[in-house]
This record gives sequence, structure tokens and C-alpha cells, in this order.
Amino acid sequence: MTGTIPLAVEMRGVIKRFGAATANAGVDLQVARGTIHGIVGENGAGKSTAMNLLFGKYRSDAGEVLLDGNVRRWRSPAEAIAAGIGMVHQHFLLGGPHTALENIILGAEPRRHGFIDTARARADLELLAQAHHLPVPWDTPVDQLPVGIQQRVEILKALYRQARVLILDEPTAVLTPSEADHLLAGLREFVKSGRTVLLVTHKLREVLSWTDQLTVFRAGRTVATLRTKETTAEAVAEKMIGRKVDLKVRWPPGTPTTECLLEVRHLTTAHPGKGLQDISISARAGEIVGIAGVEGNGQSELVRTILSPAEQDLRGGEISWLGTSALRLNSAQVRGLGVASIPEDRISKGLLTEATVQENFILGHQRRSEYSSFGVLKRLAINAAALRVLEDNDVRPADVSVPARVLSGGNQQKLIFGRELHGQPRFIVACQPTRGVDLGAAQFIHEQLVRCRDRGAGVLLVSSELEEILALSDRILVMYGGRIVAEYGRQEATEAELGLRMGGV
Amino acid sequence: MILDELGASTLRVSTPLVFAALGGLYSERAGVVNIALEGMMLVGAFAAAAGTYFAHDPWVGAAAGMASGMSLAAIYALFVISLRANQVVAGTAINILALGLTPLLCKALFEVTSSTPSIPLSDRFHSAPVVAAWILVLVSWIVVQRTPAGLWLRFAGENPDALDSAGVRVNFVRWVAVLISGGLAGLGGASLSLFLSSSFSRNMTAGRGFIALAALIFGKWRPVPAAVACLLFGCFEATQIRLQGITFPGGGSFPVQFVQILPYFLTILVLAGFVGQSRPPRALGLPFRRE
Repeated sequence: MTGTIPLAVEMRGVIKRFGAATANAGVDLQVARGTIHGIVGENGAGKSTAMNLLFGKYRSDAGEVLLDGNVRRWRSPAEAIAAGIGMVHQHFLLGGPHTALENIILGAEPRRHGFIDTARARADLELLAQAHHLPVPWDTPVDQLPVGIQQRVEILKALYRQARVLILDEPTAVLTPSEADHLLAGLREFVKSGRTVLLVTHKLREVLSWTDQLTVFRAGRTVATLRTKETTAEAVAEKMIGRKVDLKVRWPPGTPTTECLLEVRHLTTAHPGKGLQDISISARAGEIVGIAGVEGNGQSELVRTILSPAEQDLRGGEISWLGTSALRLNSAQVRGLGVASIPEDRISKGLLTEATVQENFILGHQRRSEYSSFGVLKRLAINAAALRVLEDNDVRPADVSVPARVLSGGNQQKLIFGRELHGQPRFIVACQPTRGVDLGAAQFIHEQLVRCRDRGAGVLLVSSELEEILALSDRILVMYGGRIVAEYGRQEATEAELGLRMGGV
Repeated sequence: MILDELGASTLRVSTPLVFAALGGLYSERAGVVNIALEGMMLVGAFAAAAGTYFAHDPWVGAAAGMASGMSLAAIYALFVISLRANQVVAGTAINILALGLTPLLCKALFEVTSSTPSIPLSDRFHSAPVVAAWILVLVSWIVVQRTPAGLWLRFAGENPDALDSAGVRVNFVRWVAVLISGGLAGLGGASLSLFLSSSFSRNMTAGRGFIALAALIFGKWRPVPAAVACLLFGCFEATQIRLQGITFPGGGSFPVQFVQILPYFLTILVLAGFVGQSRPPRALGLPFRRE
């Protein structure tokens, strides 16, 4: 980077510790004004911490932050906002029952005689929305808006406060490909006027096609700043992980038998327009069936319904597991048939974070005679089995007595895989199995799923990551608005085609 | 005729509830559970009676009631907002404190624990509390819906992180809300001792703080519906008072204890039937702390 380009944001030797853990061990960042600058790195590499330092949410232990060439130290987001920084968090900060307008003007309300001047707010926002092509229905409660529009509300919130530097944390996680393109077009316009965007993402494709420059984070440090045009996905991935990786893994296809393990026919649940509509799926032994779709299109309902049919409000349809009708089975009974599940939210559904690794391992297996007799757990047997599972799945640290919360995301997920695959299930329902885990753990998890398939188990893979779906699935179904809208064989689907279907086209 | 009387009596007996429910509204919309309303009402009732006794002016008494409610609210706020104590436990403690403190102070000032000396009719309120309560309902409605402070209040209870990111100090908003809550609950107590009766007596609130909280929930945490719910609960109480005197044609009468249960029993019924439809502020009961 040449010295003539004025820097909008600069971080020099920034260090941030949380107790004993060091989240940022030396961040050096230079962002030129009027550019889209990518911030990439694996989960836990320190991207979010650095951005929150910039946004005033945390205070650094060492180093300096410069805005437009001046050293700044702010003590709260309010001061960072006043200095012209805006941040759109991955988890939106919106008050659900309040209107879009109220959410946007919060803390910066135009006033008239002590009251909120709604008319002026509306006029100002109309101008802003037109200038940036971000129309929003102002008077609708935000929890009734689709996520794409909610994100616009968040962006408008920052623009309304006259942000010159906009930080977007994983903005496309909840968007369809076309919504994402729309967002990108908006950001391009935005930087043309001399403003600056910091785009935090772990998706390589995005960072390569969207940004002007990018900075790679690894293990709390910035390890490289690259011109996007002059680099490749492989080069960036190598910097992220610290070793060479093969990004284009396509697992060999499975050899499905004729035995149908899961059969869902015309499944419809309550809440018209919201629940499942006429879903039919079959999954055979020895195949991975992928369910693609943007989150919130019924995938969670589908999984919940097939895993505990008796506890759902069904309007019609048939579910059978391994040849037996399952409509009256609860989750324990489905499990008893040999169905394992990897929940989409490992913190709230997959683990008891305060309980030990060993206790987490035994969940769901506690009634088996090897592990308990007369209602008393056999500590020694559990201990030995848990240790073996930790070693087989490369969970680090391999210590069964620590609480599950101390494990990293990837290790927590490997622990859940170890537990669920323990006892050789006939079928695995895996939801967003690699969300928030590092590339190494993700590859291990994919390998496990393929191995299960190859030993003759069935796998239902629900994921919003197209690359994951394409890499693993023998068949691909697309869900949109609670329906299955398309089905493809392994060779038929392309990313572009799937992207369109996911958007309801 | 009977209906007229019942209506007037409903309006009167619901007044303390309206004050307290509004108090609960400020606290709970800001995200702080306030079961300490009961205790704040009780000290308010005592301080109002004592203040009026010495000053011979109900307005001085009402001011004393409000101030005492706010003092207790400050203790509560210190624990639950600044020190992030559990709100239900701290609220219960405040209620117990009020229950013990009022007879103690009564003994210290008037040498009896059971009640303060009777206040002459000329020193009591006659209709002012009813008017004041309903004016405050309208004012609260406007404040909550139309002012920046009201918007902050709603976000403090709904998504405090959003408020914080917008540069408003969440715990400051909550402190102010809890103090207002205490002041209003204190006024509710004052209307009990200076308007509905002629003195403070031991535990004279008798659960009205909780009934006000029930009305607040029934009214979906909104000022006007909550106040209307107070009228409903007030109507139960007015009916109960009427029923106490009634004798059946055969000569028997309703056991008075049974009749007195009525408002509480109906409160449970109403809440059991309707609370499911009412969604509390999302951050209600959760202390705020920036990560």
C-alpha cells in the first residue's frame, strides 16, 4: 500500500486479553478510504474482537487505533458512533415489537417540543433510503420483517448516524444469494462517496468477489494484507489456516441400497404459511441426502417433526423410520430405533455447557446397560468410554472432567459427533454440522459423515452452506417457504441453480 | 342506584391499584421485575399517614409517601441494577423489609405498632387521587409512546444491547424507571391511607401491589389497558365490600372471610385465562452488563 492513499482506519499492534485468554495478540490493520476491505479468518481468529475494539465495545490492552490519521480512544460504542463508525452485528440489535422507524432513530431521535418528531424522522429516512436504495416499511414492527429487510434497518441505523466507516459482521449468513448481491451493489455505491466498508466474513468466495483489499487473521494476529485482485482462494485459505488446504474436496459418491430408512410422505404441519407444506422425502441406507435452503424456510421444523413426531402439531402426512410408522413416537423412541441427531444450535440444544465433557457424552446413552444399572450410573465404564470417544474424535483437550463450555466450537462439535455416533446409529440427522467450526474440524466432521454413509447408515444433511451440500450430498433437495421446491441428483446441481431455487425462483 | 354506587366505589378502590400498576409499568418496561411494588406501597401508605398527621396537609403526606417509595426503590435499584442481584429474591426482601419497618417506625413515632392515629376528615383527600391517577395514566401513555425517553424505556426492556449500541446508558434508564416506579407505588400507598381510609394500619396493602402487577400483565404492559384492568380488579373488590353486608332471604349470610377471598380468587382466574396471550418485554428480569 502506498503512503499517498489516505487511511480511513488503522490499527497498530493492538492486543486484547480476556482474563487468561488472548483474543488479539497483535493486530495491524490499514484500511484505505473509499474501499471495501475484507476481514477474513477462521472462527476464533480474533476478527470480531478486533472489530468490537474499533466499535468501542471493548477497550484494548495495548496498541492504538487511528481514524483518519488521528489516534482515537473511545470508551463506549456511543463515542465510536459519534466519531463516524457504524457496525452491523451478525446478530441484529433490534427491538422486535418496535417499528423499523423507532429502531433506526433510537438514541438519535429528532425532537419537537420534547416529543419525537416522527414526521421529520420519516422525511430524513426517505431521503436516506432513496440515496442508498434501501427501502424499508417504516411502520412495521421489525420482528415481522424478513431478515434481509431487518439487515437494511441495521444498515440504515448506521447511515442515519452518519457513519463514514461501516463494519459488517458476517452480513450474508442470513441472506439468499440474490439478497447478498443486492447488498453488495449497495455497498459499492456507498464506498463511491468516499466512505469505507469493513466486511467481516469467513466465506472466501464472498471476500474474493466483493472486496478491494483483504486482511487475514489467524490465532489473534493479522498475518497478511492482500490486494484482492492479485490473490486466489487457495492462497487466502493457506494464510487463514497456516498450511496448504484442498478447498475443492468432493467426496466420492455413496452406493445406496434399496432399503429406505426414512420415508416422509405429504407431511403438513400447523400454522398455514409458516409450517411445513406437503413435504415428501425418502432417504436410503448408504446415501447422504442434502437439504439446502436459506435458514428459516422450514428446515428446523422439518427436523423437529421427524425426530419427535408425537410432540408436534401435525395436519397430515406420514413419517416412517426404518420401516415402522413413527407418527406416535416421541424423541426418545425415535432415538431408540437408532436415529442420531446433530442439532443446529450446539450450545442450547446439543450440550449442557456447564456440565462436564463426560456428563455431556453420556446424555442419551444413560439408560444403556453398559452405563447404568438400577438407575445408578457406572462411573468407571462411562469414564473409559468417554475418553475413548474423545481420542477417536480428536477432541482437545482430551479431558473428560472439564466443563463443555471451555472447549472451542470445533471441539464441542466433535464431542457431539462422538456422542451421537457412539453405538453405530442407523441414521444421522445432521443440521448445520460445521457452523462456527474451523476448517480442520469441518473436514473431520465431513469425513465422519461420509464414513457413516459408507458403512451403510443413512444421512440427512441440513445446511445453508451450499458448498457443504454440494461436497457431500448424493441427492439434494431445496426447501423454500416450508416446501421442497426442487430435487437434484449428485451431478445435476450447480451452485448457481441451487442459489436461485433457494430464493424461491 | 346500586350500580351507580358500585361504579363510584370501583373508581375509588381501584385508585391505589392504578398508581401501583403505572409504577410497575415503568420498572417492567425498562426490564426490571418489580414485585417490590407491595413494599413500596406499604411504606408510602405509612409515610403519607405520618406526614399528614404532623403537617395537617394531605399534599405534604402524599409527597412523603412518594419520597419514601422512591427511597425504598433506590435500595432495590442499587441491588438489582448496579449489583445485579436476582430481582425476585431482592423484591421479596424489600417486601419483608417494608413489612417489618413500618410497624417499627409506627412504634417509634406513635408508641403503637398497629396503626397511626386517625386523620381528621378535613386533612384527608376526597377526590384528588382519582383525578391524579387517571391524569398520570394519560401522561404515561404519551411519555411511553411519543417521547425519546419512552423509546429508551421500551428498548431498555426489549433489547438493552441495541439501546447501549445507540449510545444510551441502559442502567441509567433503568435507575430512573425504578425510581419513578417507587414514587408511583408510594403515591398508591398514600391514596390507600389518606383517601380510602383514615390512617395507616399494619400490612394495609394486603397484596394490592401484587394485584397491580397482575393488572399490568393483564394489560399487556400498556398504560391504558393496565389501568382498565385495575378498574376490573377494583370492581371485584367493590363487589366484595358490598357482599359483606348482604343477608339472604332465609336470614343467613355469606361468611365474611369467604367474600373477602373473592378479589384474589378472581385475580387468579383472570390471570390463568389470559396471561398466555401477553408477551412480557424480552429482557425483563435480566440484569444488563456490557460484555
